[in-house]
Amino acid sequence: MQINAIAPDLFDVTPGGPRLIGARRKADGKIVFPAPRGAEAAHYDRIALSDRGTLWSFTVQRFRPKSPPYAGADDERTFKPYALGYIELPGEVIVESRIEIDDFSKLRIGMPMRLALKPFAKAGGEEAETYVFEPELRA
Amino acid sequence: MSEVHIIGAGIHPFGRHDDMSGLDQGVFAARQALADAGVAWTDMQFAFGGSSAAGNADAMLPRMGLTGVQFINVANGCATGGSALLSGYWAVKSGEFDIGIVVGFDKHPRGAFNPDPEEWGLPAWYGEIGLMLTTQFFANKITRYMALHGISPEALALVAEKAFENGAKAPHAWRRQPVDAETILNAQMVSDPLTKYMFCSPAEGGAALVIASDRKMRALGLKGPKLRGATVRTRVDGSFEVFSPALDIERGPSPTQIASKAAYEMAGLGPEDIDVAQIQDTESGAEIMHMAENGLCADGEQERLIRDGDTRLGGRLPINTDGGCLACGEPVGASGLRQVYENVQQLRGRAGDRQVADARIGYSQVYGAPGLSAVVILEA
Repeated sequence: MQINAIAPDLFDVTPGGPRLIGARRKADGKIVFPAPRGAEAAHYDRIALSDRGTLWSFTVQRFRPKSPPYAGADDERTFKPYALGYIELPGEVIVESRIEIDDFSKLRIGMPMRLALKPFAKAGGEEAETYVFEPELRA
Repeated sequence: MSEVHIIGAGIHPFGRHDDMSGLDQGVFAARQALADAGVAWTDMQFAFGGSSAAGNADAMLPRMGLTGVQFINVANGCATGGSALLSGYWAVKSGEFDIGIVVGFDKHPRGAFNPDPEEWGLPAWYGEIGLMLTTQFFANKITRYMALHGISPEALALVAEKAFENGAKAPHAWRRQPVDAETILNAQMVSDPLTKYMFCSPAEGGAALVIASDRKMRALGLKGPKLRGATVRTRVDGSFEVFSPALDIERGPSPTQIASKAAYEMAGLGPEDIDVAQIQDTESGAEIMHMAENGLCADGEQERLIRDGDTRLGGRLPINTDGGCLACGEPVGASGLRQVYENVQQLRGRAGDRQVADARIGYSQVYGAPGLSAVVILEA
């Protein structure tokens, strides 16, 4: 079943897998994420960012964030801590993301990461797809 | 151009005061600052005031006196208090005014801030999926710093232990019970590697300073620390700030680094001249990183300095002598002025049990969202 992306113009789903949508500033080539919307978008070219990178820094969110802005369907009782951090996409930009990992103690700066999509249950029953990074499994 | 001095300082104790509004606490601090200098509200030629969450600062006027004084409300994020002081500094330094007051106060709801993405120019999804928390920023920044520069979790705990130890000696502090490093380290984790005792809390309080030109000070027969340097700087490309969905790969200096450098240049002083420092400690890691960003040590040196007790009272360079934000809490509009208040007490030899012997040069730095830092250097 197809579920809606949590926001438009955040990521594309390609035959090779998902890609975050960034933008390159026409004036100086600086790469930004997310891609600017509205009037500001005219100054940028839309680009697909790399789906692989390395972990730049991380932390674990141990308590349920305040709502709003947090829109998770969980409550104080059902909340599960989640990892998040920054992933350096080589030669592009360092993006912030939730991180999918079973064992938080395995997080290490420099570890290889790859992009994935994951359903996010929103308060009110709606389910939306969001992006995450997860450790890249080496064969 | 005039030399600028602080001739009066006032503070309303930080913490939680259910029976007082933020404005009440600002008025309290302003009256105390005037009384400290022995001058009257009617003597004030200007006022700069700010509050982030407790209303318009100029609502003080009916209580202080409707003298027609030019009162400017200042709003500059976490550096609101520091920016009010800078505005007053420039007003006197320019020669346009001889005497005036700067004041900041605040009263925040309990718990973490809950920001609106739109107000920060960010898309809604960023808040919805749980990435918009100030605590995460600090945790991410210190996690990387610890890995790069060999800082241990024990050092984080020692910073908080010192804060509560110093807070116990400061009448204006909120948290005045010592907490040992072991308890701090093993307390509930908020955002790894930071436990609940390693974070400051939003709070309430007010602080005010009466500032005057050298000439006016002498005419009044008063004395007070001289403002040797005062700067504010905002973020540049490559800095790492709160609420950043992405960062530049090419890293740049922080707003603190450039504000600090400019303040030292303005003062004609260097880090080696500093006797006492109040630096932004939103959490333990911030104090550690800001030690280096303010030039007070090299990256990585903090581990040894902290373990050796160099930053404690009685150490080589005491830092956050009133317990900083960790012990005082962070009422945004007042926080930067609280640091300067503490340095004024230190330089005037009025700091009681927390007095730094022979303190002559005091340094303070306030940092915050959306990426700005304000530095003040005082000379006794």
